[in-house]
Amino acid sequence: METALNLTFIVLLVATALMAVWARDLLAAVIIFSVYSLIMALMWQRLQAPDLALTEAAVGAGVTTVLFVVTVFKTRRREEEE
Amino acid sequence: MRLLHNYHYAAAMALFCIGLYTVIVRRNIIKKLIGLNIMETSVFFFYISLGYLDGGVAPIHAGSADPARMVNPIPQALILTGIVVALSVTALALSMVILLYRQYGTLDVDRLMREEEPAAEGAAGEGEGGA
Repeated sequence: METALNLTFIVLLVATALMAVWARDLLAAVIIFSVYSLIMALMWQRLQAPDLALTEAAVGAGVTTVLFVVTVFKTRRREEEE
Repeated sequence: MRLLHNYHYAAAMALFCIGLYTVIVRRNIIKKLIGLNIMETSVFFFYISLGYLDGGVAPIHAGSADPARMVNPIPQALILTGIVVALSVTALALSMVILLYRQYGTLDVDRLMREEEPAAEGAAGEGEGGA
């Protein structure tokens, strides 16, 4: 049961990482990356590291996402194609 | 069977490879930074998995927690610092990205390299002209 839950989280982590990499829209990529950070916070609670889970939820999903979103709005939203 | 027991390590390696692929192959700088963040979290994940104990409890001395069953707290203390360092690296890199966009008007690495070469030649020509 424990292993099944951990494996579900790991599959979700790999899936969100791939989606963040493949998204053409940069804002979508940043939001998917914030979901990745939230799942990572859950995974750290599963690994008995509650302090890391708190920090990751605040820093990874909060501050990093805000910084990326501000950068995307100050530059351009679409990835350039050639 | 051993790999099945240590699936955390395999997952950390897969995430690291995804991040490395992004940093090397994608041409957009913001995409590269997302890949760098994925690499960082995968390394943190590997460290915390190393300190994990099957059926362990969080290393907090409260109530009747048995110290012999606690997971290793040293990787957790190290990685707590690592998360903050990763945040500051990301903040610095993103501020440089904004300055780069103001200067060159693009975030594509190939175009940035191409735009830089004529500018450098022009600056050298001006220097010769002045001499």
